[in-house]
Formats: sequence, C-alpha cells, structure tokens
Amino acid sequence: MFAFTYHRPSSVRKAAALAASVADGKLLAGGHTLIPTLKQRLAAPGDVIDLGGIPDLAGIELRGRTLSIGAMTRHAEVAASPVVKEAVPALAYLAGLIGDPAVRNRGTIGGSIANNDPSADYPAACLGLGATIITSQRRIEADDFFTGLFETALEPGEIITRIAFPAVKKAAYVKFANPASRYAMVGVFAAKRTADIRVAVTGASQSGVFRWTEAEEALKKRFAGRSLDGLSLPADDMISDLHGSGEYRAHLVGVIAQRAVEAAAG
Amino acid sequence: MTVTRIGEAVRRKEDHRFITGKGQYTDDIFRPRQTHAYFLRSPHAHARIRRLDTAEAAAMPGVVGILTGKDLAEDKIGDLICGWMIHDIHGQPMKMGSHPALAKEKVRYVGDHVAVVIAERLDQARDAAEAIEVDYEVLPAVADLATATDATAALVHDEIAGNLAFEWHLGHKAMTDHAFERAHHVTRLDIVNNRLVPNPMEPRAAIGEYDSGNDSFTLWTTSQNPHVARLVLSAFVGIAPEHKLRVIAPDVGGGFGSKIFIYAEETVCAWASKRVGRPVKWTSDRSEAFLSDAHGRDHITTAELALDERGKITALRVKTRANMGAYLSTFASSIPTYLYATLLSGQYDIPAIHAAVEAVYTTTAPVDAYRGAGRPEATFVVERLAEAAAREIGMDPADFRKKNFIRKFPHQTPVIMTYDIGNYRASLDKAMEIADVKGFNRRRRQSAREGKLRGLGYSCYIEACGIAPSQAVGSLGAGVGLWESAEVRVNPTGNVEVLTGSHSHGQGHETTFAQLVSDRLGIPIEQVTVVHGDTDKVQFGMGTYGSRSGAVGMSAIVKALDKVEAKAKKIASHLLEAAEADIEFKDGKFSVAGTDRSIDFASVALNAYVAHKFPTSEIEPGLKEGAFYDPVNFTFPAGTHICELEIDPATGRTTICNWTAVDDFGVVINPMIVEGQVHGGIAQGVGQALLEGAAYDRDGQLVTGSFMDYAMPRADDLPSFKMGFTETKCPSNPLGIKGCGEAGAIAAPAAVMNAITDALGTEAVPMPATPQTVWKIARTRAAPRAAE
Repeated sequence: MFAFTYHRPSSVRKAAALAASVADGKLLAGGHTLIPTLKQRLAAPGDVIDLGGIPDLAGIELRGRTLSIGAMTRHAEVAASPVVKEAVPALAYLAGLIGDPAVRNRGTIGGSIANNDPSADYPAACLGLGATIITSQRRIEADDFFTGLFETALEPGEIITRIAFPAVKKAAYVKFANPASRYAMVGVFAAKRTADIRVAVTGASQSGVFRWTEAEEALKKRFAGRSLDGLSLPADDMISDLHGSGEYRAHLVGVIAQRAVEAAAG
Repeated sequence: MTVTRIGEAVRRKEDHRFITGKGQYTDDIFRPRQTHAYFLRSPHAHARIRRLDTAEAAAMPGVVGILTGKDLAEDKIGDLICGWMIHDIHGQPMKMGSHPALAKEKVRYVGDHVAVVIAERLDQARDAAEAIEVDYEVLPAVADLATATDATAALVHDEIAGNLAFEWHLGHKAMTDHAFERAHHVTRLDIVNNRLVPNPMEPRAAIGEYDSGNDSFTLWTTSQNPHVARLVLSAFVGIAPEHKLRVIAPDVGGGFGSKIFIYAEETVCAWASKRVGRPVKWTSDRSEAFLSDAHGRDHITTAELALDERGKITALRVKTRANMGAYLSTFASSIPTYLYATLLSGQYDIPAIHAAVEAVYTTTAPVDAYRGAGRPEATFVVERLAEAAAREIGMDPADFRKKNFIRKFPHQTPVIMTYDIGNYRASLDKAMEIADVKGFNRRRRQSAREGKLRGLGYSCYIEACGIAPSQAVGSLGAGVGLWESAEVRVNPTGNVEVLTGSHSHGQGHETTFAQLVSDRLGIPIEQVTVVHGDTDKVQFGMGTYGSRSGAVGMSAIVKALDKVEAKAKKIASHLLEAAEADIEFKDGKFSVAGTDRSIDFASVALNAYVAHKFPTSEIEPGLKEGAFYDPVNFTFPAGTHICELEIDPATGRTTICNWTAVDDFGVVINPMIVEGQVHGGIAQGVGQALLEGAAYDRDGQLVTGSFMDYAMPRADDLPSFKMGFTETKCPSNPLGIKGCGEAGAIAAPAAVMNAITDALGTEAVPMPATPQTVWKIARTRAAPRAAE
C-alpha cells in the first residue's frame, strides 16, 4: 500500500465536493475491491474518501411498491432484512450468496454496483428487477447504468446514494459459483412483473452483466423453463478462463436461466 | 481431578490458547530493534542475471541493508541441500543443481530469490526492492513436465543434461515383464497426479537474531522439525555451529509437509541478522506462499496391472515421471522413490512389481513432501487400477479386492516393505456395511430419475508411517536417522513436563502425549505439560511428518516413562521398607504386594528430590529420565474409504453424498483427535480430486497464484463423514500405534475418482474433476451407467 490522504466526510454533499476537488481520489465503501488492490500496490490514489460516516447512505425502507436500499447497506443486512424478504425475497436470497460472512458484513450494495465486476451478483438483480440507481446528481435506470466491464454511467465524483427496486415476488436468482472464488461463473436473475419479463445474466459475458433479450421474448409466450429450450448464446462473447471456456459458460447460461425461471415461476 | 485413560476422547488442552487468541506464532513475536525483510523475487521462470544494481535502492528511506548472492558467497554461506541421496539405475549419485539461498547467476522459477532488502518498516523494504535494477536475460521456460527432458528443452541447470535429476527403479523388471507376457488380461491407465499448493493457514515466517556478546544466533521459525533445521543450517549451510544456533518453532499453524524443509527465506533471516546487527523478521504473504512454498505431487504415470484368468493380480508395472521443480528441496528425492514405489503393492498380494521413476527439473517451484508424500500417489495408482481392472473383467470391485487382499502376516512385498499386521477384509466389510453398499443401486436409480448420475468408489489404501529403522533408511540414502527422543521430568510436587522431539502444529500432541502420561503415571492430565519446538529445551528430535509422532514420538516417551517408573520403584522400596521386587505400581500408587502399605506417586517424587530417605550412594536424587527410541519397522495403517457422489450432467457439478472411512490405526489414544485428523485428510484429498490444481502457463507463470483461482475445499464441499475403526495392534511399538495423520489424504483421491468414473462410465477423467471437466465428459457419454 502506498501513502494516501484519508477523508471521512459526514454528508453526501461534502463527499461529492471532496471527490471533485482532489485530482486522484477514490471512494471507499465496503472496500472489498479497493483495499486488496491498494495492498497489492495495483492502485495508488492520492486521496481515499470513506463513505462510512454518512448516515444518509444507510437504511432499508419500503414505500408503497418501492424498496429503497441505501448505498452503504451491507450484504448481510439485505440478506437478513424482513422488509427485503417480504418485498423482493429473491434479492435477500442473492445477498446471502455473496462471498462469505466476513465479506457480507463489510461489502455494500452501492460499492458492488459502482464497481460493476463482471462476476458480481448485485448487478444481475438491478438489471433483472429493473432497478433505479439514485445518485448524488440524478436517477439512472439500471438498463442505462451498467455500460461494460467495471464500467458504469457514473460521472467522476458522482456518488450512488440509494437503489430503488420494484417489489417483485415472481423472481429468482440462481448462481453457479466459481469453485475457487465463489464469484458467479454464471448467475441468472429472472423476474416477471405483470408484462415485464427480465432475464439478467452475470459472470458470463466479456462485456459484463447483460439482459438476455431472446430469452425474455421466448418467456412472454409462457413463463416457464421449457420456453428456453433450444435457445443458445454465442460462445465467442463469453468469458473464457481457467475455470470455464466460453462454450461452457454459454451452455451454463442456458441451464441456469431455465432453473432461475422455474424457481421464479415456482 | 481424575486420570485420563488412553482411548478417551478428551478435549484438546491447547485449544483454550488457540481459540482465545493467545497462541504465540512467529509473526506474533516482536524482538527489540527488529527490522523487516522483503525478498525481491524473480518475475521470470528462467533468466540469467546480467546485472544487479542495488545502489539507488540502498539509499532509500529506512533501508538498513540489501544483500544478494554475492554477499552469501563472501560469507561462505553454503547452498541449501537435499538430505536424501538417491543413486540412479547406473549406481551414480543423483544430479543436484546448485541451490543458493539468494540467486547467483540465474533465476529458475517465478518467485526465486534475487535479493533481500532489510528496512525499518516492511513498506520501506518493499519500496526499495522496487528500486533495485535487475537486467535479466530471459531464457526459455521449462514449464511442461511431459516435454522437460526433450532435446529442445532449455537446461534448468546448465550442467545437468536433459534436466534429469535421476532415473531410478525398484522391483524385479524381468519377472514383471514375464508376468505381463503371460497375463490373461492387462489393465492400463494413464494417470496425472495433479500438482498441489500446501496452503497451511499460517504462512511461513522467520525472525533471525544475532547476539554479538555470545556470538550466537536464535532463529524463530515455522518449522515442523526445528532440530533438523538447526542441523542443516549448521552442518551444511554454515550459519553457525549447532551450539551457537538456537532454533525455536513456537506455535505453528499447520504444515502438511511444507514446513519440514529448510528454505531460503529462513536461512537468509538468520544469516542477515549478523550482517545488519539487528533482528530480521520476515512473514510470507499468501501470494509469496503460493509462489515459494514447496508444492506437492505432480506425477505423470503409466500404470499397468496383469491378471490371470480368475481375476488374480499377477504383476504391476509403473512408469512415473516426477516433477522436482527448479531445485531439489530438502527431502524431494525421497518422495517419488522410497516413499512412493515401496507402497505399490497396496493391500494386495502381488507377486511381481516393477516401478521406473524419472525425476525431472523444471522452471517451477520446488516440489517436495505434502501430506502423504508419495503414498497418496501410490495408493492412487493401485486403487484406480484395481477399480478399473474389476470393471473391465466384469467383477464387482469389492469382490476383486477381497480376492486379491493379503491375508497372511507378516507379508513381504516385492518392493522392500514387510507388512507386519493388518486385516484388510475386516475394514472393507465394515465400510461396506456403514456405507450401505447394498442400497446403492436403489439410490442410483433414484438419482437417474432426477437426471443425475450417481457413482460409488472404493479406496483400500495402505500407508507406511514412522519411517524406520534408522539403519534401514540410512541404507536407502537418508541423511539422518529417524528415531525420536523424549525426556520425562517429574517435578518435586509430582507434576510432569514431557520434552519431546516431535513437533505439534495442529496435531494435538499437548493432549495425546499428556494423556499417555496421565494414564501411565496415574496423575491428572492437567498436571502434565508437553514441551516441544525449542532446540535449547529439547536435546534433539527429528520432528513431525509422515504420521510419526504417535508411533515413534510416543514410543520414546513410553521408554522414558519405563525408566521413571523403575527408579521411582527403587525409591518407593526404601520408603515402604520393602524389597524392590515386591513393589507394584498401579493407578498412581506404589504398594507392597500382598499388603495394604502404599505411597502415592507425588510423595515418591518429593522424596526423590529431598533425598532424605534413601542412600544417594545407591540411588541418585531426582526423577528425570530421557530415552531415544528407534523403531524396528515402519507401521502400516490401512483401511477402506467409500465415496458416493452425484453428478449433475447439465452443469458438471459433483456433489459428494456419502463418505465412509474405516481405518485401522492400531491403538487409538484419543478418538476425537484421530477423527479430526482423518476429517482434515479427507478434505485435502477431496480437494485434490475435485478442486485443487496448481497450473503454470507456457512461460512458467503460476496462473493459480491466489485463492481466486486456486480452489481450496470448504466445509460445504464435503458431507458429514461416517467413521469407523478396526484394530490390529501394531506389534513393533510398545503402544500398538500405527499413525493417522495422512490416511485421509492418501485414501480420498482414489475414492472420489473411482466414484466419478463409475458415474460417468469412463476411466479417462483427470484431476481435479472440475465442473467444466466433468461436463465435457458427461455430454459425450451417450449411455452413462446410471441409465443401465
């Protein structure tokens, strides 16, 4: 780790102002990507702005049919929340699959989404549920938010404050974990809210989380696993590494998507 | 306060310390004025160092010193050694490449040691290391074991032709070949025993401290055998004479073999502390551990089994190529030779065996002992062959084994070993009953209905523990004897300190050894303390590996206890005014036979030290006895493990449903600790079969260099194990103990792979059988066995 200046602002406004005023700042949420990167000397920010002291960024609440989760909410809180379990049970289930207890008690939903790791779980939920990402500046639809590997629509200095999810019961997340890292090798979030059917896939694609529109179309006829029979994705677009070739991942997306739809329809 | 008996599942005495965070590991030790070492490691698998410039780095803040191979040479510090001499098929000594603690002309694997920076703080040392200028002439890597001896391969050590450390063989070639010519059936398998990274929870660490007043060194280090480390560092590396070097291995968090060896970092910390005049501390981070801890296994083998028309094994023929890595580590040469080929008879009566082994250098981390060390590789060969042969000739795999088991003991195998005792049929029968093998077909049909493939696999393993006797291992090339020492110190108030040359790094010696003393002397276990891991306290000892602490270490304690009892009886005879021959010792009391006169152990101890009531001209005061114990034979734990698993052919994921382990460890001192040892071993064996595999790319870069890519077994990868014991007492040691530390790791890989190949209906499944690997095979199998 190289030396940096540490800040712990008390409001989103102050944090955003700080982020705008320093040349080479990094926002710190749960720190599960940033801290290891710093320790390995793969990043050398001049300033680290810790969001842990901002009360506005915490909390889970249900208003009408909208579930709002503060950006600094830990995975363990989402997994255990009776409010989340009632409004979007699949989201609580997903949060309980992230990492291990130590990770879940530090890692945050905002950090995960802002980092947009191609194997992270939360981006699949955001896209699969049609969430809205609320920032220090604006509201961004999930469909417009995840723009590529580790890339999002966030502008420099823009801070995620909350994520708004529609309350959806007919939804499920199925994760096929990498045997080593336990990140998603393929994770599929499938949801049906009246006519809106979404199938979001994480872990598999070289361009990060994506909606499998072909599958969504097929499910409009009948929301059942069988509707996906015969559908396939091109292996060329998939991540290929030590643990799985593009071909294997493309195949897994089909299998896991069927299982997710069956679980959601269940 | 009661006596703890042998056989009781008493809780571990050391756990209070460990689970309340009071363990004292090397990294927990802070010496006054200590400095921190950071090793600059080679980023290349193979390169010549054209120029090494430390001038700029040396001037950086906090830097206390930067040392290189040149400084080592200047101080006449010797190379690291391999302590087991193998003579090759031509009678020539193995070819040992030079192994300096800091590189001289060349680096030979990614992670090899180029220089050490010593600074006030670790980050300063690291900053300076990054400023060292190294001009490398990058040479071709030799990363692939299969092609490492090709004429086109670069030479890891310029002077060693063909990268061949040695060619070696064991057994009778002509007899074996003859049996194969006459065989009714031959089963042949190509086997890769995958390379593993040991990954003990505590990484390696060292603190070297030089005392200029006494011209002596102290080295705190993560060692399984501190006395052996001292011997090597003194006699071969030349850090200091033995009486001027104290090695302390305090609490050590797991070793699995990887902390037997004498490594570059520990050596450098000791030596450098004199150079810089301050204590030098180094703690490996996990990335360094992946790169520089000695790895395990890594064999390519062709194995054949010859059968007669009734399914009786007539011969076994094995050709193995073993990866040694870039240098011969401390015991590397013994692993694929005397610890491997000598176990190729398994539990079977095999008239002829021949094993040919090539030990090969590559530009990868050194490979040495890892839990089981050669014996898991042997069991894997034998048990995969047994299962495949039974299937090929249409015989039930359990019946095939029963037909071929050794039944009479002692049994001389064609590969050196004389098995003293065993009952292989008993453990197989018991395991089959616990595993409900009878109900397997029903469970398999149920799985098939759910679209899953279910398989069952046996592993009837054998291991050889407590390598001995010293004379025999010496004749096979060992540089040391493999006895053990013990000292029993009875204090005047009757409590006892046991000093042992065995080292505990997770095995629970502080409990089992104390349990033995409690049982024998009739004193509460709380009144016994076990002391180990310090060359200034324990006179000498060979350390802990090869499941030897029970069979050898405890036998030494028994010998010392015998002497304590004999002397105490003499003293008691004076106190009770009776003839020594009439004194009986039982349940902590010395009594005069046939009378009600008695005296307890503590009173005898007190009298031994006050020495008021016996003639010191006949009996010396005090009650302290030492013993050295050299076993007469190896011990041969054996048993049967049965793995039942289910494969999801759509994803390739394998789930272990049932695991049965029936082991014959001879007499068990503490069944809870023994079961724990087996559990851990199975986890590591399942890890090898399903998850773990160290991989280098063509350029010799370690691609599985972190837990992101190297899959360690976790609790949810495993079922709850069903355990059972059978017992044949070991005849060659006083307690009848055989050893249990490695059994799980030895048995498990074959059990898993026999079950997977059963489920998939093909023998060609490599380890680790990851989901992708299994999926690829499952989708090409038109009619898997589950559909039968």
